[in-house]
Amino acid sequence: MWTLRDRYCIAGIGETAYTKASGRTVLDLASEACLKAAADAGLAPEAIDGIVSFHFNDSVPATAVATSLGIPAVRYAVDFAGGGNAANLIVLAAAAAIEAGLATSVLCYRAMNGRSGFRLGGGRELSARGVTQFTAPFGWVTYPQAMAMWCRRHMLAYGTTSEQLAAVAITCRANAALNERAMQRAPITLDDYLGSRMIVEPFRMLDICLESDGACAVLVTAAARARDLAQRPVYILGGAYGGGPNQGDDLFDALRWPDHAHNYSRYIAADLWRSAGVGPGDVDVAEIYDCFTYSVLMQLEGFGFCGEGEGGPFVQDGRIARDGALPVNTHGGLLSEAYIHGLNHVLEAVRQLRGAAGARQVPGAEIAFTSAGAMTCGSAMVLRR
Amino acid sequence: MGDYAQPLPVPDPDSAPFWAACREHRLVLQKCAACGAVRYPPGPRCPRCRAREAVWIEAAGRGRVYSWIVVNHPVPKEVYAAEVPYVVALIELDEGVRMASNIVGCAPSAVRGDLRVEVVFDDVAPGTTLPRFKPAPDETR
Ligand SMILES: [Zn+2]
Repeated sequence: MWTLRDRYCIAGIGETAYTKASGRTVLDLASEACLKAAADAGLAPEAIDGIVSFHFNDSVPATAVATSLGIPAVRYAVDFAGGGNAANLIVLAAAAAIEAGLATSVLCYRAMNGRSGFRLGGGRELSARGVTQFTAPFGWVTYPQAMAMWCRRHMLAYGTTSEQLAAVAITCRANAALNERAMQRAPITLDDYLGSRMIVEPFRMLDICLESDGACAVLVTAAARARDLAQRPVYILGGAYGGGPNQGDDLFDALRWPDHAHNYSRYIAADLWRSAGVGPGDVDVAEIYDCFTYSVLMQLEGFGFCGEGEGGPFVQDGRIARDGALPVNTHGGLLSEAYIHGLNHVLEAVRQLRGAAGARQVPGAEIAFTSAGAMTCGSAMVLRR
Repeated sequence: MGDYAQPLPVPDPDSAPFWAACREHRLVLQKCAACGAVRYPPGPRCPRCRAREAVWIEAAGRGRVYSWIVVNHPVPKEVYAAEVPYVVALIELDEGVRMASNIVGCAPSAVRGDLRVEVVFDDVAPGTTLPRFKPAPDETR
């Protein structure tokens, strides 16, 4: 369990514009986001001594960014193999590295040309080797196809409806309308949702997140140091990473997963809340990994914001709207802001806790929840101002 | 058969007996020689007792639909445009393991949770046979 409550902070954040065609290298995007995060914290690049990222061969390694930025002494440069499941893990890993004395000021970034370059949603390579020989030959090849299987199981188990999935998509879009960085800002209605093209039943187009070119970065350092830097520190209260048994051979594979009506979240929730010393009822704003609408429902249940199987009814009636009982994805999420694999959720949580979220600020937000992951493994944090 | 563009399984030392049996229109599963646990997909070791020795048993080829999707949008288009809509399902075999495959022999709209299904073998390319599933006779009545 995370035992570093309140001892590490996010002291700086940075991001590029989110676009469909950056016309720039991933290294350029990563460098910009990282430089901005350091500058936001009031740190010169020379003061950075650690850098961490996650990707699956769709990005640039940490050492390349350190080289690009001319960082003189890199003591900790690590690339995690992962998708969105790792977006909170890298922040926790940065703090753990500092605690161990490996570094003092660590940049965490995610960068890719996810629309103009390698398109994750466009299908994986069609070579059916390893565990893929038991999925791809049956035309089961894309992540939307993988996750639709989970969504259907949730519908079978609990009667979850398309209208309930729609509530997630509509809420994210309404929030994105107030976010100048968001890629999709035009409000949508239930009719728009129901009329959007069926991609892979039960998913329509509007159940599926965006594809984005862009980068996000955060600067992690010890609390005592963060208090002397440029921004009001955001403290890492609690954190957890993991999943259940049989997480599979890769991110796609869940053939042996115990129950597709539940995801990783139920397995890490107890550690998360115990490490943070608060519970779901204490959260003022929740930035929940929304690569697909359904993943929000499963995480609301798994992390205990509502009861098992109650995610569908929970998101209805404005409960997750900005002025609802639990504001969710105030930036628009992966569904409407951008698909920076969940690191953009961490940036939004920091903005909310700084009171710097502008028109979409949740008044008086003191505790934020962030999560990353949708299937067999994932990570989450509780942050406070 | 010569222009089959969909991905073909690439057997490896763990899986070769499974695909070889499919070519003979038999569905087989690995069973741990030490503790008796049946496992799928094929793997090098029993996850329950870690024994390496396994035997291949004949499966009944019957099960029920655990979950399913209907693929409407073909990805990539050049491979699947002529196939959509098609059904991919997770099928719980009577032996207790879960297998991904297709449901054929009925309209996609006829698939539902717990639908009883049975295996049919599809010789898709020279040397490659895929196990797919169709509604069991007692389901169509
Ligand atoms: Zn065994």
